[in-house]
Amino acid sequence: MVLLIVVYSLIKKVDLYDAFIEGSKETFKMSLTIFPNLLAMILSVNVLINSGFLEWLMSNFLTSLKLPIELISLIMMKPISGSAAVALLNTIFSKYGVDSFNGLLASTIQGCTDTTFYVIALYYGSVGIKKTKYAMATSLFGDVVGILTSIILCYMLFS
Amino acid sequence: MVNRVWTYFIIIGIVFGLVTGHSMEINETILNSAKSSLEVFMQIFPVIALWLGIMNIATKSGLLDKLAHLLSKVLHPLFPDVPHNHRAFGYMSSNIVANMFGLGSAATPFGLKAMSSLQELNDKKDEASRSMLTFTAINTSAITVIPTTLIALRIMYGSANPTKTVIITLISTIISTCCCIALDRFLARRR
Repeated sequence: MVLLIVVYSLIKKVDLYDAFIEGSKETFKMSLTIFPNLLAMILSVNVLINSGFLEWLMSNFLTSLKLPIELISLIMMKPISGSAAVALLNTIFSKYGVDSFNGLLASTIQGCTDTTFYVIALYYGSVGIKKTKYAMATSLFGDVVGILTSIILCYMLFS
Repeated sequence: MVNRVWTYFIIIGIVFGLVTGHSMEINETILNSAKSSLEVFMQIFPVIALWLGIMNIATKSGLLDKLAHLLSKVLHPLFPDVPHNHRAFGYMSSNIVANMFGLGSAATPFGLKAMSSLQELNDKKDEASRSMLTFTAINTSAITVIPTTLIALRIMYGSANPTKTVIITLISTIISTCCCIALDRFLARRR
């Protein structure tokens, strides 16, 4: 892809170096708005995770779902923290095996959801928008639909 | 919405931590989060710098406008507020394509550029426009054709069939993206 862009631009006689520098410079301007948003998001997510609230919630209310606890953690963690989700995925793979039913289910869930809170905070924060209206609602709804679909499909195909 | 969620996270976290006797951990977390966010930032900063540079070459050479022209026909019904052949289509489609191949970190700079060019079209600068809402809805539910990172992780754990779940991921992301767009359209009409 990079090659394609470079070759095409050479044909079009664009000053490659100047264009690259000019674009790259924008990163600093962007960073000024990105960093505070990132900091705020990571602060609140970490406080929530380390308080043990999610574990408490899971062990009290969600045990009836008959899914292993790690999988439920993965589902809850994915929208708020990508690195926590990858860590959980590692745990699931090494505990149950990568090709076990739980491993496969975890893989599909990992693949079909996104770090919703992070994306929304970063994208809207970068252009200075405060009123995000129903952005969070639609995205979380999409995550729920994706997770349910993959659980159903996994049960149909793998068990 | 972000404001409220943020406040709830903090309050629930601190109160619950105090009640269950995790106050030391909470203290530590608050003090360390600045450092850990700088680490995350250091990871994405070079990627953004690199891709914004390359992206600018593509913009200057007109390649991006070509892409925008090509895909604006497909995407225009979803973004009726964005004029035909607008550059925003180019950025948005680059973002969607990067997401399709599971390249989350490369998708971010395109997404940020898309947001800033959608902001140019926005009348109320502090409020999310209809196009932005549709864009983030598509973005977060992202149709995934090849989840690159996931496959790499499965190979690392010695999976006999690392791509076994790809088709399921594809189907469920298509369904979730469609549902997202439907809900987004519904909410946009209602307002």
